[in-house]
Amino acid sequence: MRKYYEFVVEGLILLSAIASIIFVLLILIFLLKEGFMLFRTIGVFDFLFGNRWYPISEPPRFGILPLILGSLWVTLGATVIAVPLGIACAIFIGEIAPGWLREILKAGVELLAAIPSIVLGFIGLVTLVPLVKKLFGLPTGLTALSGSIMLAFMAMPTIVSIMEDALNAVPRGYREGSIAMGATQWQTIRRIVLPSASSGIVAAVMLGIGRVIGETMAVMMITGNAAVIPNSFFQPVRTMTATIAAEMGETVQGSEHYFALFAIGIVLFAITFAVNLLADLSLHRKQTIG
Amino acid sequence: MVTVTEKIKVKSFSVTFDGEPALKNVNFSVKEKEILGIIGPANSGKTTFLRTLNRLNDLNPRYQHSGELLIDGKDIYQKWDLFELRKKIGMVFALPTPLPISIFDNLAYGPRRHGIGNRRQLREIVERSLKSAFLWDEVKDRLNESAMKLSGGQQQRLCIARTIALEPEVILFDEPCSGLDPISTAKIEEAMQEFKKRYTLVLVTNNTKQAARVSDRVAFFLMGELVEIDQTQKIFTVPKDKRTEGYVSGRYG
Repeated sequence: MRKYYEFVVEGLILLSAIASIIFVLLILIFLLKEGFMLFRTIGVFDFLFGNRWYPISEPPRFGILPLILGSLWVTLGATVIAVPLGIACAIFIGEIAPGWLREILKAGVELLAAIPSIVLGFIGLVTLVPLVKKLFGLPTGLTALSGSIMLAFMAMPTIVSIMEDALNAVPRGYREGSIAMGATQWQTIRRIVLPSASSGIVAAVMLGIGRVIGETMAVMMITGNAAVIPNSFFQPVRTMTATIAAEMGETVQGSEHYFALFAIGIVLFAITFAVNLLADLSLHRKQTIG
Repeated sequence: MVTVTEKIKVKSFSVTFDGEPALKNVNFSVKEKEILGIIGPANSGKTTFLRTLNRLNDLNPRYQHSGELLIDGKDIYQKWDLFELRKKIGMVFALPTPLPISIFDNLAYGPRRHGIGNRRQLREIVERSLKSAFLWDEVKDRLNESAMKLSGGQQQRLCIARTIALEPEVILFDEPCSGLDPISTAKIEEAMQEFKKRYTLVLVTNNTKQAARVSDRVAFFLMGELVEIDQTQKIFTVPKDKRTEGYVSGRYG
């Protein structure tokens, strides 16, 4: 009887494990199947590097280069803002802040992570967008810069919490050994703690970037959504995610446009997969310096 | 006439952690170029005392102290520059704590932090310190390998060499052989006898036999109090205090 029970429990657990893999595979297959339908009529090169996205003109044009670049610009901007801030914040929380302040800051960062992205987008729309417009004297505040700033706020909690874990994982003996040799706290952080935690820090940054690339609603609200190739941060851009979200409801199922949106999904999937893979590889790399 | 100077002087020194006493009104001194062994059961305050000497306890926000602690006649909390103090008062921890960098960089770490950048000078320091810790022959061909690859005993000697690289005046040993095999232990004890010629050594140990083998004088701590301090031979043969006698004869601890 006991043996039978064990068998059932193990079976159920195995089934749950397999189920998650099967779901992922099914989603992937569906995505690929729908997306690749597009390439019966349009070349992969024209799709990826075409610079015009006019899905409902006659004849339609499905070049997603503006969208890829839109995503890249917004992500790049958000990374430039979020990474230094996030790293500095994590160092302060993990290494410098006294206990009581550390708890308050950690709670604050967690709270930031808990704000729904649509709320952040909404707040950005009514506060940040007019500010950017006024500050830089632009015709519109709906720009890549606004999107970057907003997304930086979304990436920060991810970067801070994962990097803080990485700092915590650095053995206390490293710090004490360094301090006992007369090194200052900053020397210890810079020479010993940060290099020891480097793989965790890279992972934190990668996962933060992953979060930014995949974000949709907030970006759609504040980046202006003009599908043109951007040449500065002060222009409206349209990201891949926003394109799918905005247009999916209006396409005819089985049309070229519909397949094109799935193909964008494949590109997006490939990018986020690569980023997550890099983060994962970095996390599992052996932790030694030099 | 030989005058023995007092290197470290402890005056009515007490320590508390969050109000819990860890050292209670301790008075004694450590003489220049002697090996002082500190023995006592767990929670007797030995390690607390050691970590006070180079102000490593300052890292613990719950730490509070009263009384005076003088090194070279200067109060460590008022007259000494903190980083200079830690340079002069080297420390070897219970568990080997090599930094996750190369053997060379482990040795050069301290001198570099104190402003020595010249490669040739660093090379000399590295070689000299490794030789004093009897490690040079074993690692001279792989100075650029990670220090984490060394064996436990080698790592501990590396930590000793790292301390010596800073040209300290006092070296604190916190149960330096607790995780080592007898041969590694013997090597380290041998090194200590050499160091005695140049440095003042304070050795905290759980191993009373080691204290008996190595120390010139021994202090016995119990529950944060200094019970007795005397010549090693006297502590182990004719201790004044019943509690010392009980501890060294292995009746409790």
